[in-house]
Amino acid sequence: MSIFVDENTKVVYQGLTGSQGRYYGLLNRDYGTQVVAGTNPKKAGTDVDGIPIFASVGEAVEATGANASCIFIPAPGVKDAVIEAAEGGVEFIVCITEGVPAHDEAWFYNKLRRDFPNVRLLGPNCPGIISPGKCNIGITAGHIAKAPEAGKPAVGIVSRSGTLTYQALYELKLQDIGVTTCVGIGGDPVPGTSFIDCLEAFEADPDTRAVMMIGEIGGSAEEEAAEYIASNMSKPVVAYVAGQTAPPGKKMGHAGAIVSGGKGTAAAKMDALQSAGVKVGANPTEAGELMVEIVKGL
Amino acid sequence: MWDGHHHPFSIARRAVGNGPMAPSPSSSRGEPSRKATRLDLFEYQGKQFFASYDIPVSKGEAVTTVDDAVAAAERIGQYPVVVKAQVQVGGRGKAGGIKLADNADEVREHATNILGMDIKGHVVKVLWIEVASDIAEEYYASFTLDRSAKKHLGMLSAEGGVEIEAVAAENPDAIAKIWIDPVDGLDEATAREWVKAAKLNPAAEDGAVDVLLKLYRAYTEGDADLTEINPLILKPTGEVHALDAKVTLDGNASFRHEWSEFEATQVRDEREQAAHEKGLQYVGLDGSVGIIANGAGLAMSTLDVVNQVGGSPANFLDIGGGANADVMAGALEVINNDPAVRSIFINIFGGITRGEEVANGIVEALRRVDIDAPIVIRLDGTNAEEGRAILEPHLSDKLQMQPTMLDAARTAVQLAASAS
Repeated sequence: MSIFVDENTKVVYQGLTGSQGRYYGLLNRDYGTQVVAGTNPKKAGTDVDGIPIFASVGEAVEATGANASCIFIPAPGVKDAVIEAAEGGVEFIVCITEGVPAHDEAWFYNKLRRDFPNVRLLGPNCPGIISPGKCNIGITAGHIAKAPEAGKPAVGIVSRSGTLTYQALYELKLQDIGVTTCVGIGGDPVPGTSFIDCLEAFEADPDTRAVMMIGEIGGSAEEEAAEYIASNMSKPVVAYVAGQTAPPGKKMGHAGAIVSGGKGTAAAKMDALQSAGVKVGANPTEAGELMVEIVKGL
Repeated sequence: MWDGHHHPFSIARRAVGNGPMAPSPSSSRGEPSRKATRLDLFEYQGKQFFASYDIPVSKGEAVTTVDDAVAAAERIGQYPVVVKAQVQVGGRGKAGGIKLADNADEVREHATNILGMDIKGHVVKVLWIEVASDIAEEYYASFTLDRSAKKHLGMLSAEGGVEIEAVAAENPDAIAKIWIDPVDGLDEATAREWVKAAKLNPAAEDGAVDVLLKLYRAYTEGDADLTEINPLILKPTGEVHALDAKVTLDGNASFRHEWSEFEATQVRDEREQAAHEKGLQYVGLDGSVGIIANGAGLAMSTLDVVNQVGGSPANFLDIGGGANADVMAGALEVINNDPAVRSIFINIFGGITRGEEVANGIVEALRRVDIDAPIVIRLDGTNAEEGRAILEPHLSDKLQMQPTMLDAARTAVQLAASAS
């Protein structure tokens, strides 16, 4: 099995008629994803390489049975696009767009929680999600991901960083380890889906036998994940945290420092994860090797 | 009625607008991975920003010359005035960058001394001249995003004017916090409860509620990552007033604001400025190995690995997902202009961007830019073998290729060590 998306996921692309939306939408279709519709109020009734364009997500859902959306709308339109998708009736929204204002993110995160509690948002500013061999939504290169093989243990990946997500997929492919689902949650201030959401889903998925987690400095998402792992995860977790030697960024006034407390540094995150029983690699390659050891023992 | 810490309406006419400013420690929770989109405002810009949301600030003017400082003080027409150095670093009061002037001659004297002053590496180019305020009490107020709670966090304290981080550490109960759902916003009744919880002087209640509602509006409608007033003062006459302004704006929201003036005054070092003009995400560091990587996570990971094998990176440079010749040439130019660089490590992982495109970009960039330091390339991912085949004929002492990130880091670090 996989988490969040599989071969039955039908996706409507918001922004399919734009250059990025078209490029990745067609790549995703080539991979095997059910790309059933696109939206553009000005181009309803036309098509993109045979994919029908509708005026809204609601119309696309009605006509095609789409149950997921993928947003390639420029940042100023993302707030409306997310709400349009939720109102349109999809259950899973992947927002690839980067540069969305933090206040918009905070607003639609809370709006979804309140008015659309069954809708899951992934992103913004994320590479998307791939369940290898079944469904690829977003900008991940499908061929660097290895699908699970029958009789061999497979693992899940959850990552805050785009290129390191690819690196992780690739390291596991080189080691001949299949991946059930790889989720790029993105590194924005208010991600729709958290590490914990993914860890919970991987824990519940019988085919996922272990999880690789890629974190980054800043915020406290890794520390919160570590707490969750310590008390809720039975499956082994391997982690890498990027930015162990990163330069200090600009200080966000005193308020930011108070919020973060001692959290946020790579060292604090690695300590928290190790204390939770997670095997932490010093670099992505070492994390891959740690996963090989774990998979051998499964 | 009083909390014992403050004497009601004891008048402290101070030259130090920011209270005793503590040095601003460099943060350990930096996030170079995010695009450089935060706009840090100078105090005078923050006050203009506040004023546009009707938050009461002292009447004043920003000036860049001594003559203009004197003229501004005369226009303000009410002495004493405060002459304040405009730098984005704490400790300017202690450094002599904030002075009270009782007349035009004193303005001239202080402005002459402060303009051009070096405060912790920040040279004072702008002065803010404002009318001095009588202070009864000093408070602290701020709004920022609590990423864990995914709500806005408001903090209010009766113990303002001092470094609030010290208050938070030593007496956390002295800070009244509220978490605000962005969908609900902040209403007057909630703000009033909050002011009461913070135990502000009852005489300040109405004024504080008013300022907090306006500050929340400035924070949300103004697309700020942070709005902070320290100190927020109660005047002997009963008004509540922002004596300082610390504002960080979310550059991602610039499409719906007119922020070109704020963008123009962002403080960057020369290397960062050059990279910024080429649209590259660059952070200057002190080491000798120049770094180019695609993707912020991979770039951070590259710094980690270079350090792990005993080297020191000269920079963080993320060229983004693609790696075409223009971007690569621009990145190499920026690195090449850094005299501390002894070797260059190009770390590319091809995802959607295929290895041969990356390799062609590198070859073309090297044709355009004359590079001094030896280069080590690690190219992996999609079609990496095809990419490496393209690079093969160009390899030399000055251009090497290594199969893994660790091998490439070791080679780059050795080259840097042998060159210095």
